[in-house]
Amino acid sequence: MKKRLSVFFSMLLVLSMFLTACGGFNKEDKASNESTKKGDSKKSDVPQEMRVNINSEPFSLNPGLANDATSGGVLLQTFEGLTRIDKDGKPQPAMAEKITHSDDLKTYTFKLRDAKWTNGDPVTAEDFVYAWKWALDPKNESQYAYQLYYVKGAQAINEGKAGADTLGIKAVDDKTLEVQLENPTPYFLELTAFYTYFPVNHTVAAKNPKWYAEAGADYVSNGPFKMTGWSHQDKITLEKNDQYWDKDSVKLTKVEMYMINDPNTELSMFDNGELDWAGSPFGTLPTDALKQLKDDGKLNVKPIAGTYWFKFNTEKPPLNNVNIRKALSYAINRQAIVDNITQGGQIPAMAAVPPSMIKENKKGYYKDNDVEKAKEYLKKGLEELGLKDAKDLPPITVSYNTSEAHQKIAQAIQDMWKSNLGIDVKLDNAEWKVYIDKLHKGDYMVGRMGWLGDFNDPINFLELFRDKNGGNNDTKWENPEFKQLLADSAKESDASKRLDILKKAEAIFMDEMPVAPIYFYTNVWVKKDNLKDVVTSGLGDVQLKWAHFE
Amino acid sequence: MAKYITKRLLYLLFSLYLIITATFFLMRLAPGNPFTGEKQLPPEIQASLNEHYGLNKPWYVQYGDYLVKIAHWDFGPSFKYNSRTVNDLINDGFPVSLFLGVEAILIALALGTLLGIIAALKHNKWQDYGAMIIAVLGISVPSFIMATVLQYFLAIKWHIFPVARWDSFMHTILPALALASTPMAFIARLTRSSMLEVLANDYIRTAKSKGLGQTAITIKHTIRNALLPVVSYMGPLSAGIVTGSFVIEKIFGIPGLGSHFVMSISNRDYTVIMGVTVFYSIILLSAILLVDIAYGFIDPRIKLTSGKKGE
Amino acid sequence: MEISKEKFQIVGTRSTEAEKISKPSLSFWKDVSIRFRKNKLAMFGVVLLILLIIMAIFGPYMTKFDYRTNNLVNTNKPPGSMHWFGTDDLGRDVFARTWQGARISLFIGIAAAAVDFFIGVFWGGLAGYKGGRIDEFMMRFADVLWGIPYLLLVILFMVVMGQSLGTMILAMTITGWINMARIVRGQVLSLKSQEYVLASKTLGAGLQRIMGKHLIPNTMGPILVTMTLTVPSAIFTEAFLSYLGLGLTPPLASWGTMASDGLPAIKYYPWRLFFPATFICLTIFAFNVIGDGLRDALDPRLRK
Repeated sequence: MKKRLSVFFSMLLVLSMFLTACGGFNKEDKASNESTKKGDSKKSDVPQEMRVNINSEPFSLNPGLANDATSGGVLLQTFEGLTRIDKDGKPQPAMAEKITHSDDLKTYTFKLRDAKWTNGDPVTAEDFVYAWKWALDPKNESQYAYQLYYVKGAQAINEGKAGADTLGIKAVDDKTLEVQLENPTPYFLELTAFYTYFPVNHTVAAKNPKWYAEAGADYVSNGPFKMTGWSHQDKITLEKNDQYWDKDSVKLTKVEMYMINDPNTELSMFDNGELDWAGSPFGTLPTDALKQLKDDGKLNVKPIAGTYWFKFNTEKPPLNNVNIRKALSYAINRQAIVDNITQGGQIPAMAAVPPSMIKENKKGYYKDNDVEKAKEYLKKGLEELGLKDAKDLPPITVSYNTSEAHQKIAQAIQDMWKSNLGIDVKLDNAEWKVYIDKLHKGDYMVGRMGWLGDFNDPINFLELFRDKNGGNNDTKWENPEFKQLLADSAKESDASKRLDILKKAEAIFMDEMPVAPIYFYTNVWVKKDNLKDVVTSGLGDVQLKWAHFE
Repeated sequence: MAKYITKRLLYLLFSLYLIITATFFLMRLAPGNPFTGEKQLPPEIQASLNEHYGLNKPWYVQYGDYLVKIAHWDFGPSFKYNSRTVNDLINDGFPVSLFLGVEAILIALALGTLLGIIAALKHNKWQDYGAMIIAVLGISVPSFIMATVLQYFLAIKWHIFPVARWDSFMHTILPALALASTPMAFIARLTRSSMLEVLANDYIRTAKSKGLGQTAITIKHTIRNALLPVVSYMGPLSAGIVTGSFVIEKIFGIPGLGSHFVMSISNRDYTVIMGVTVFYSIILLSAILLVDIAYGFIDPRIKLTSGKKGE
Repeated sequence: MEISKEKFQIVGTRSTEAEKISKPSLSFWKDVSIRFRKNKLAMFGVVLLILLIIMAIFGPYMTKFDYRTNNLVNTNKPPGSMHWFGTDDLGRDVFARTWQGARISLFIGIAAAAVDFFIGVFWGGLAGYKGGRIDEFMMRFADVLWGIPYLLLVILFMVVMGQSLGTMILAMTITGWINMARIVRGQVLSLKSQEYVLASKTLGAGLQRIMGKHLIPNTMGPILVTMTLTVPSAIFTEAFLSYLGLGLTPPLASWGTMASDGLPAIKYYPWRLFFPATFICLTIFAFNVIGDGLRDALDPRLRK
């Protein structure tokens, strides 16, 4: 028996020797790196090192190419635009020191501060000119270039109809930038905090066109943090940028961003102390855990500017009848969906524009789950269509892109329409890319969709439905009065008057009901108790500039 | 021997050609444009993207290009990650997967043969039943459930191992164990039955009557002969490790090729799906060939010249 | 004690009794079944499988709940007297879903095995029987397909053709039949030169008769073993695909989709994982021990 045991142990020994040999070979430099860094931080009481999960590899860490929240979540820490959104959600001068604009809100002049790139170069007006022109050049295939269309001539350049020199941006001198806009844009300073508007060090970029592909000497940025490591599909390491103009506000010395694409694992790591933050906006929390986390009082919920809605194809009978659309919309019990399916503290939506942009929309334009009204509208609708019973309606199909969350909501609504109105609907799902094609082509009846605000202004939601054949309308709905109001709003430079115009437009929209809003999105997360001042904006962005451990 | 190997190599190349062709045409059938998004792109950018990825050419040109590229070990760009290529993904991810895979194979071999030997030596005693229960569990529990359960108990409940990621050697143990569970069970069963067969042979009886101790018999006579079937299992074993790694790497957040592949499936990143499929096929086909050749060297009873597998 | 001659008597030889077989005569299959029944583990597997099949047939009717009806006020309830296996995140009854899932999972397994059987027997039987060039060509074709990694191909198919029951079975069988074809061919090759086949041939029996009457029945043993082992591997593959998000689309439920849905809930609502996972394991266990038992029972070398 003893001898047999010894065989076993010698096998184990050989195995472990082999494994440690391989392991040591692979991990040596990483391990030594980490130990030295840990030594540094021990000087302060609490190590100012944060670990988060960002789910996946960012699409690109070139501000001009980035088109997703993951890339944005990194870029907001490493770069800085002319403005930065502050803790209260208001844009503040950042790279710009002083901002002036013409009375018609069509010309902005930015006086840049003495800021430096991570390599010591000064940040100049030319860096902005270069970055914006680069993003608009169709050759560079930026999928987010349209974010710059507010700048004069941008769209024509992006569509290849005009030369880059026609762009309304000018470096008056090294530190002065002048921007001409297409239309008066009162929210332009919010836009300049968005990553597509970030500068790029033009000398480095000209020398190395692939400067953004890896971390290293050529990955030059101007934000509170610099990227010191990018192990693709594994982790990104940020460290405090000592060249940053406002470096005294930056407390964290190091941020590690892991790319683990499994919400369960993310939460387990947090529970085990391997992460300081789990959930949005960086990562995702598993839906099944939300109730427990809420009951334990650990869950943080913050509404963001986004609406989940069901679009009606207003050209397909019976959805071409406004009363039928209203009946369907009124008969949805949004509270039940939010409480039992999404569970993330979402707000039932009875309006299109999120409450962070129009305060009154918290209550919305009608009552949630108003079955009585819904039945009235149904009756009226049926009369108009010359039908006696809901069963005589043409068959309705609800489409969604394949995903469990959407499917659950669609099923629940199918159930509600059946029990509240006696309308039977069919469900139909398709892969995202196929689905979106179908929606754009109008090949659907009722389809789920969501919209997350790009900037903090109602126009971002309303202009989706400006034109019948607009890129993201999909409902085939168009209304001249609504269109006129949107046009009026662009010319109005008084903020509160402009908001009134937009509210009027939304009222028309909600009366015609081309979409049935379901809920307003929220961000949900859990964090270490001593982690403070991580700033999440109403748009769902997150900034670590002021974050620190107590 | 040389003739046999050339013949097998030819088959391998033909199989590969079929795989590449099938992959290429299947992916062309895939619905949806790779650049379809919620926000529609201006046609100029769409055209530029199509040109960049060669999608504007007729299919036979694309097909030819693809074959030529693969011959040059170039698997093309990723649709999903700008400035990343499939080769980058393979170069970054495969070493990690390889390390995990080798660790798992070693664990599977060590524990599997050990269990099998114990079971055979203690045939029909409790040790035998115990070992076979472990083996049956390993075979009948799907790897994603096994991995989650292991993670739940060993990392989350008892804090023995880290939950996830790929950092220190401690990080590698749990995923390797989870990955090894199924092949370990197979190996244990294989070893047990071939040990039993060998133990019934006359030369064992002879050794026993010569007065050789149990340990000496086990080591000198039985194990060597009993492990031959285990060698032939190495081919399927490597395939199992590859597919197992898809699940394990995702659950444990390991930046290996398996998790990249799973990501590309959920992203519908077609070039990556294609490229990684072809790469895996090359690896697996070569592994099977190597195992077959090695088997021929180890067991002189097998005549390679017959060229027929599984006979 | 004295032994006298009178005590003995000459009985003579009884030629009839010398040839008599003391045990009743056994056909091959009877012999197999006796040996199989002696294998306790295998018999346990059979009983388990029968129970599972009975539950798959009757289970969904044993509860008043339907497998697909949502009940949003009754989500994630633990097992109790109302819902025997608890409810899931949409308030659906896990008991009903488990047995509905059993139907789908078993169907996938059995359908995959059946398709493998038909193609494999046809291909392997033809190749083995015809021999020569045809055999060479047919088996080379199989060899080339054999090289294609099975799961990768299945994944590819599911990605491209969409996630339906039909696609899944098609994808699983596209290379799955090769194993069967090889086994059948090997058997047919060794059997066709046996005298009784020759005799049948000289008596003018056609291909169909020889195949159907002699060759295929005699290869049934290995075929049966292969089929019993195909079923669990198909169920396994289905579960694996579900985890990768390539499984069946709801409201269809299989054990695989249920288990992968229940995975995130392991910490909070463990019953959602426990029941489907347990039944996957039991089913795979049952098929495996039955397969092993059959193989042992069929293998004459193990006769004692």
